[in-house]
Amino acid sequence: MKKYTFEKKIDTRSGFGAGLAELGRTNENVVALCADLTGSLKMDEFKNENPERFFQVGIAEANMMGLAAGLTVGGKIPFTGTFANFSTGRVYDQIRQSIAYSGKNVKICASHAGLTLGEDGATHQILEDIGLMKMLPGMTVINSCDYNQTKAATIAIADHDGPVYLRFGRPAVPNFTPADQKFEIGKAVMLNEGTDVTIVATGHLVWEAIQAGEKLAEEGISAEIINIHTIKPLDEEAILKSVAKTGCVVTAEEHNFLGGLGESVARTLTANHPAPQEIVATQDTFGESGTPAQLMEKYGLNSASIIEKAKAAISRK
Amino acid sequence: MPDTQQLKDLATQVRRDIVRMVHKVNSGHPGGSLGCTEFFVALYNEVMELNEGFDMNGKGEDVFFLSNGHISPVYYSVLARRGYFPVEELNTFRLIDSRLQGHPTTHEGLPGIRIASGSLGQGMSVALGAALAKKLNNDDHLVYSLHGDGELQEGQNWEAIMYAAANKVDNIIATVDYNKQQIDGSTDDVLPLGDLRAKFEAFGWEVLEVAEGNNIEAVIAGLKEAKTKTGNGKPVVVLMHTVMGNGVDFMMHTHAWHGKAPNDEQLAIALEQNPETLGDY
Repeated sequence: MKKYTFEKKIDTRSGFGAGLAELGRTNENVVALCADLTGSLKMDEFKNENPERFFQVGIAEANMMGLAAGLTVGGKIPFTGTFANFSTGRVYDQIRQSIAYSGKNVKICASHAGLTLGEDGATHQILEDIGLMKMLPGMTVINSCDYNQTKAATIAIADHDGPVYLRFGRPAVPNFTPADQKFEIGKAVMLNEGTDVTIVATGHLVWEAIQAGEKLAEEGISAEIINIHTIKPLDEEAILKSVAKTGCVVTAEEHNFLGGLGESVARTLTANHPAPQEIVATQDTFGESGTPAQLMEKYGLNSASIIEKAKAAISRK
Repeated sequence: MPDTQQLKDLATQVRRDIVRMVHKVNSGHPGGSLGCTEFFVALYNEVMELNEGFDMNGKGEDVFFLSNGHISPVYYSVLARRGYFPVEELNTFRLIDSRLQGHPTTHEGLPGIRIASGSLGQGMSVALGAALAKKLNNDDHLVYSLHGDGELQEGQNWEAIMYAAANKVDNIIATVDYNKQQIDGSTDDVLPLGDLRAKFEAFGWEVLEVAEGNNIEAVIAGLKEAKTKTGNGKPVVVLMHTVMGNGVDFMMHTHAWHGKAPNDEQLAIALEQNPETLGDY
């Protein structure tokens, strides 16, 4: 098992803020909009350095999405920032018509996704957003795993012509991917080559997959671990190639099992190479208040669950 | 610049186009389209400063957004007759494989269209975004938009209206098609709009009214006056009093023709009331 280490834990949203600030310095067409959550989204640096390109819209997310669509008419590249819940469910029709169907080059950047939002509870813990966004024709969906990857993704999506949903989170998590990584939309990242089971993880579950891989190795199980930052378009080739070798797969995500990464992988397998699959995800439920660690344990979104599912997948081969 | 008679002839021809388009496919929205014919003809042929051809970004020209997308027939007719696409293409309205979808969209690449609309209440925000882009680009051209009055029941409008005044977006002229009708009946019966002028003023907008929204000279005068109000730190709205179904007597003053096509006999009457002026498509 390849060894992964990190110097410190840091939140993915800070990676977004750092990426956006860099874009502010390098791409004059990048503009940013925020719905009264500038501090939470870490957008202050961009705002302070580019006050004329930052739009505080107040608590009015529908208007924010429309403004962003309109700003593209004139060549701007708008990045919207608010919590994942208010970036998707609250404004689905605005995104659908004014952005996706209209083919507008808007980057919808969503923090506080999933259970790890923590104590605020289920009203804010959206577990359906990946499904909502991946169903929109033409929408690219990215769920980055740590600070460095989120920063790289933020910078990369500015060069992609078309609407993008970029999902990240609130808590400090291990920052283990390289600072100088090249972020390629739609390209899976191989973290560890193995032979017994493929683990395909996204977002905060990638680090958990690495932890699981280390423990499985101690038990003599060789896990191939893939970091899928882009859920749509999915790197089907990488997944199929791996499962052809290992013969089974576990997917892991901080999202409902309906509509998420697991479903996308299952569709890929059934169409090309049917194989046993186990899904680590929430089971069609809302969340609740608690610490991120408590919630991830209670809802089965951690390395222990991945290990259990990996053994189950192997037993079904 | 065309003279007034030429614009009136164009409006008559556009009304013919509208009723012929919806009759052919037995669907579409003639009422609001007919009510806004003078507005569209004036806007695209007298009021807006437009470049030749179509550029999505609209740099160095005025741009327009239709928020109440269901009145696509009048939009398509005026765009075609302004030269954005062949007039013959009006024949394809609402047909399979057409660029002239039931509601306007950029999706099929129809020149002249910059946003999809149909799901109501979104166009004000989009227009404001384009106005912000013009300011960033140091482009002193204007953004125009059109909204149904019933459409103002959608809450997003008021988010946008609040934003525009607070941020002094003064390079936009929004027009409300104030015909007081919507699908289920009069706006007073469905959900009263109250005092629209007072509401816009309370939100910090400059408000103008065009009492005769189906008099092309009055529409031109109103929009040109609105232009003089731009650049003064306030967004501008024109409350344009129109008659739904204007120009076809049996369609006027009722919500009944909001989304209903005429039959063969009704078409013949409508065409008789609007004789061919510039040639049918």
